[in-house]
Amino acid sequence: MAQVVAVTGNEAVANALRQVNPDVCAVYPITPQTEMMQRFANFVSNGNVKTELILVESEHSSMSACVGASAAGGRVVTATSSQGLALMYEILYIASGTRLPIIMPVVNRALSAPLNIHGDHSDAMGARDTGWIQLWSENAQEAYDNTIQAFRIAEHMDIRLPAMVCLDGFIISHSIERIEYLEDEEVKKFVGEFKPLNPLLDIGHPVSYGPLILTDYYMEYRKAQDEIASKVSGIVLKVAADFEKMSGRKYGLFETYRLDDAEIGLIILNSAAGTSKDVVDEFRDRGIKAGLLKPRLYRPFPFMETGEALKHLKAVCVLDRADAFGGSYGPVFLDIATSLYPYKEKPVLINKIYGLGGRDYLPEHAELVLSELAGIAKTGSVRSYKEYIGVRE
Amino acid sequence: MAKALTLKELSKKEVLISPGHRMCAGCGAPTVVKMVLLASDYPIIAANATGCLEVSTCISDYTAWKIPWIHNAFENAAATISGVETMYRSLKKQGKIDKEIKFIAFGGDGGTYDIGIQSLSGAMERGHDMLYICYDNEAYMNTGIQRSSATPYGADTTTRPAGSVVPGKTEQRKNLTKIMAAHNIPFAAQASPSHWSDLVKKVRKALDITGPKFMNIISPCNRGWRSRTDDSILLSRLAVETCFWPLYEIENGITKITVKPKEKKPVIDFLKPQGRFKHLFKPENEALLAGIQADIDREWERLQKEEACFAS
Repeated sequence: MAQVVAVTGNEAVANALRQVNPDVCAVYPITPQTEMMQRFANFVSNGNVKTELILVESEHSSMSACVGASAAGGRVVTATSSQGLALMYEILYIASGTRLPIIMPVVNRALSAPLNIHGDHSDAMGARDTGWIQLWSENAQEAYDNTIQAFRIAEHMDIRLPAMVCLDGFIISHSIERIEYLEDEEVKKFVGEFKPLNPLLDIGHPVSYGPLILTDYYMEYRKAQDEIASKVSGIVLKVAADFEKMSGRKYGLFETYRLDDAEIGLIILNSAAGTSKDVVDEFRDRGIKAGLLKPRLYRPFPFMETGEALKHLKAVCVLDRADAFGGSYGPVFLDIATSLYPYKEKPVLINKIYGLGGRDYLPEHAELVLSELAGIAKTGSVRSYKEYIGVRE
Repeated sequence: MAKALTLKELSKKEVLISPGHRMCAGCGAPTVVKMVLLASDYPIIAANATGCLEVSTCISDYTAWKIPWIHNAFENAAATISGVETMYRSLKKQGKIDKEIKFIAFGGDGGTYDIGIQSLSGAMERGHDMLYICYDNEAYMNTGIQRSSATPYGADTTTRPAGSVVPGKTEQRKNLTKIMAAHNIPFAAQASPSHWSDLVKKVRKALDITGPKFMNIISPCNRGWRSRTDDSILLSRLAVETCFWPLYEIENGITKITVKPKEKKPVIDFLKPQGRFKHLFKPENEALLAGIQADIDREWERLQKEEACFAS
């Protein structure tokens, strides 16, 4: 029987981690992740989990210790935000290149400078090409569900890659929502026993991790990593199907909302998708065929499936809660544009940057964007391909 | 307490770093690693900071390591082994593993004194059951002899070359062994491959102590020290005999000098055979040499007083 509770996003993810009961957790405090790990530390102090905590002196060391612990041969978690993720950057590549299934909730927060502790996606976007799987979450329920599924995906023997579960700082991490918890036993059964692969602790079979590979074979290893990435979406769908059987909640590579017959559409990650769906409904009520696509598996990005889902639209706006400086457009825009590139007939694409540093994303912002898209769909003329919205002029 | 091993007994043990690795001829580091691994009666899992030792011992698809070994990055060998050790504790507690295993991290002076000191300090403070071994060759040798905070005063390096106005390194080296001892860990020591018996004894003692341990082992580099290929044991012995590298241990806060030179030799005996100090022997640098000797005398004096404090 599912238990219905009112909890913060941080609390929900901490509870998912308790239910999974990892062997080792190395972690360092940072706003807005801190509450999640405080809650998890409480589980440790009260014997609710078997987990050994490593309370490191920096995020660089938390990811470094996770690499050691994971290679040793057990289930490993950490969590971070913003500057902490940036400090881990070097070791993120080592975790994925070494094929270690470490799970890391990332409570999305802006990057400094200027210093800001509130929610935006700059942190995880900066780590989008590190070889980690990224699952993004609209609300506390999705963050909880994604966390549980992430273990099955990352630890799959065909993949063995680390995974981040992204949720919006404060907006989700610190807001109380109604969510449904699975039973402890159900989660335990769903994630299963951890299966070590070439563990360091198997002293009878000594292995060397982290070799030097020069011009002769480095490229072959990189190609192999790329080939593994291409298997991820299939596993994500299989795990989602199993999860649906257990929970009744359906997950895919992305969520489409009233998109099948839509003419205009929004692409938007995480919490702002909820606000946008309400406004899509209002436009539908007015007879305007609006829809929405919310990416879930953002890395590896399912280009083919996304392009296929969007190609019939007339005009699409990609809303980015991060900018890619010097890249002309926001990061999600670049991926959506790539996914549509192969099609002869494709929608007009525009890009809006919103909500940086925790700036509110309001229904009127979605309204303005959808109205603009309706105009583009009608006239084909575009006023501006990229602009910041909800910003002082 | 593990009993002391004789040379005969050591010679019968399996060497756990195999020949065929690609360290330079005459390098001190593989000798140090060989002695450390021979010293242990326990199975060892090792972490290795990026550096000469790491790049030369595991070039895919070959490895010189006959024990489980992990290289992560340059500055995080201590954090990495702390993760391995914690997983061991977790699985042992859960009854999934029952063997007694010991954990060692190896790092050069760059990866230990400089870029890795935060990770090392954190791991020592957290109390992991691990031994960190710094093989100190006194500069960034892997990248080509750049100055580190372990480089001694006056040494010629590629980033602080001795020139017409700069006489090599103009700062003192950091006393990392003291810094580690200040973490109040149960065991911190200095060793030298020239004094194998002392080195082996210290490793055996360290591995029998539960908790974080640190050993700083001088490791001559003929490329960087500009010395003869076959002089690494000679130079590490001179480092000890001149008190440039005193052999001591601090066990539970009590300092003990483990090897006292019968006759303290002048530091120039250690400096002279090394090309990196050649410029110091020019007449105009006489004062610098005198300064180096004075620094060594002062530190040796201080160390003896420190030991005397605890003498019963």
